[in-house]
Amino acid sequence: MGQYLLRNLLQRLVLLVIVSFLVHALVHLAPGEPAEVDPNNPRFKAEDVAKIRAAFHLDEPLHVQYALWIRDLFNGELKSFKDGQPVLPKIWERFLNSLPLFICATLIIWTLSFPTGIHAAVRRGSTYDRSTTFIAYALISVPGFFLSYLVILWVVNAFGVPVIGMHTFGSEHASVWFRSMDNLWHLVVPSLMLAVAGVAILSRYVRSQMLEVIGQDYVRTARAKGLDADSVIYSHALRNALLPFVTMFGLMLPELISGAVIIEQIFAWPGIGRLSFDAILARDYPVVLTVTLMAAVITLAGTFLSDILYAVVDPRIRLN
Amino acid sequence: MHAQDSSTGSLIAHTESPWRLFWQLLQRDRLAMAGLGILLALAVVALLGKATTEWLVIFDPTTVRLVDKFRAPLSEASALLPDADRPLTGVYLLGTDELGRDVFARMLQGSFVSMSIGFVAVGISIAVGVVLGGIAGYYGEVRIGPVTVDTLIMRFTDAMLCIPIFFLILVVVALLPASIYNIMIVIGLTRWMGISRFVRAEFLSLREQDFVLAARALGLPAYRIIFWHMMPNAMAPVLVTATIGVATAILTESALSFLGFGVQPPFATWGNILADGKNFIFDAPWLFFIPGFAIFVIVLAFNLLGEGMREALNPKLQRR
Repeated sequence: MGQYLLRNLLQRLVLLVIVSFLVHALVHLAPGEPAEVDPNNPRFKAEDVAKIRAAFHLDEPLHVQYALWIRDLFNGELKSFKDGQPVLPKIWERFLNSLPLFICATLIIWTLSFPTGIHAAVRRGSTYDRSTTFIAYALISVPGFFLSYLVILWVVNAFGVPVIGMHTFGSEHASVWFRSMDNLWHLVVPSLMLAVAGVAILSRYVRSQMLEVIGQDYVRTARAKGLDADSVIYSHALRNALLPFVTMFGLMLPELISGAVIIEQIFAWPGIGRLSFDAILARDYPVVLTVTLMAAVITLAGTFLSDILYAVVDPRIRLN
Repeated sequence: MHAQDSSTGSLIAHTESPWRLFWQLLQRDRLAMAGLGILLALAVVALLGKATTEWLVIFDPTTVRLVDKFRAPLSEASALLPDADRPLTGVYLLGTDELGRDVFARMLQGSFVSMSIGFVAVGISIAVGVVLGGIAGYYGEVRIGPVTVDTLIMRFTDAMLCIPIFFLILVVVALLPASIYNIMIVIGLTRWMGISRFVRAEFLSLREQDFVLAARALGLPAYRIIFWHMMPNAMAPVLVTATIGVATAILTESALSFLGFGVQPPFATWGNILADGKNFIFDAPWLFFIPGFAIFVIVLAFNLLGEGMREALNPKLQRR
């Protein structure tokens, strides 16, 4: 077990190094650079450009820039090109803002898709199955921002609550009750929008996994023993169908971060998605690179965790 | 496709080719057939759109008519317009936008552009995925220095999978000059990972089969074995991924348009008509709902067809 974990961890570290190379090369090889963000500004002279390039080490060869980036990142001295603020605290602060959104969306995804998917698999071919199938396809087919706009219009008109931003402007002195309800409303709609695609995809996946397991011999045996339908489905079938979902958890994280870019833009949520969008616009390389690397670290950590869980749950894995 | 020559399948296998069987199974899936029907109709519309807006200008998507701003669908053109600027039959079928351009003509033009973005992007990702997956599967054991080719390619694939894809697209598209070709290429180059993994897995199992051994024994060159003998047998899952990939590419383009990095004027795509329309959601709701609904329908059609194909190709379901 220890050896398995160690090998797994080492593989992931190698992968992380590859990701950092890739991202660094990609961002630096693409045309356009921080010194040229505002080329039409008349006060921007050639020597200013040179000064900026020197300050950001943009004249160094690529591998030196990579080494400098990694060194500064580990020293904690990496500074944003845009405002000279240290990058890590900046990202951390925005990440904390996004965290409730991610947690809430993850909760919605996992609590909604399981009952829906299981129910659809058990009643395969029924009206319920066919309608959830269709709804799932419909949900992954709507452009995210189109649906968000419709939902915003509906929520604001029907319930009269504001949903843009993290909380209502000027509500700092209101009662605790008002503020927590206010925060809740502001949180629910964007997390729901962030979760929509995940719910649709995962519930389909739950359905197909359950269908697979329900066809197995041991489920028939359990039925033949005369167990009631509920314990066959929930304790015999579901338990075995659950295994692959351990890995799904890790792989859904990058999708959430990608989705946050759009959702946070729509709902004016000051989170990591907007930070990175603004950084991309300003060609703020240190922030862009570090956020992308962080996303990769989170994903790798998620898949590592799920591999451990996998090995704990399923002894066959360890033997390979 | 090999699984069906057991049990009941063997009766069919003598008379029916696998593709015939696939087609029969697909025909049973009403949702998938509806999707196919919509897509065929849309392909005709897209071609007609290209023909009537660019080669033989019947519907003019670019004429600006400032007297006829924000006309609702089915409204008559103003009498003040010069004859050359009048739309066909003098009626704006889908209304006009903020510059008085005919939305119907723009949607027609956009249908071709949107479809071609989807198909070209998917074509690129299939090419990259098939080549990388094929090499990893066929030449997997060849060593380059300390690592095998398979490790090299698959670690690269894994690394690409940990980066949030939309984020990556955004970084590159924001830095590149905005052009329709760049968007196609970038979307294509970031979506090949699933395909390369499928193709590799298929190749690993195909490599051990007798017909490949026979081909090798005949002394056929490697490229012939790969492209003539193995590739057609590995194409089924690729086809499914490609169908769904077109849907994803169209959605990605609309999301990029929303953030302002989509296809730039004068090209109209459904994505950028929708993204512009969101600013006039109260004054001219048709500018928002028509493209939004159109994207929804086409993406849904691709998804339904793709999922129907996946079901029809599933050997476990074929046997039932």
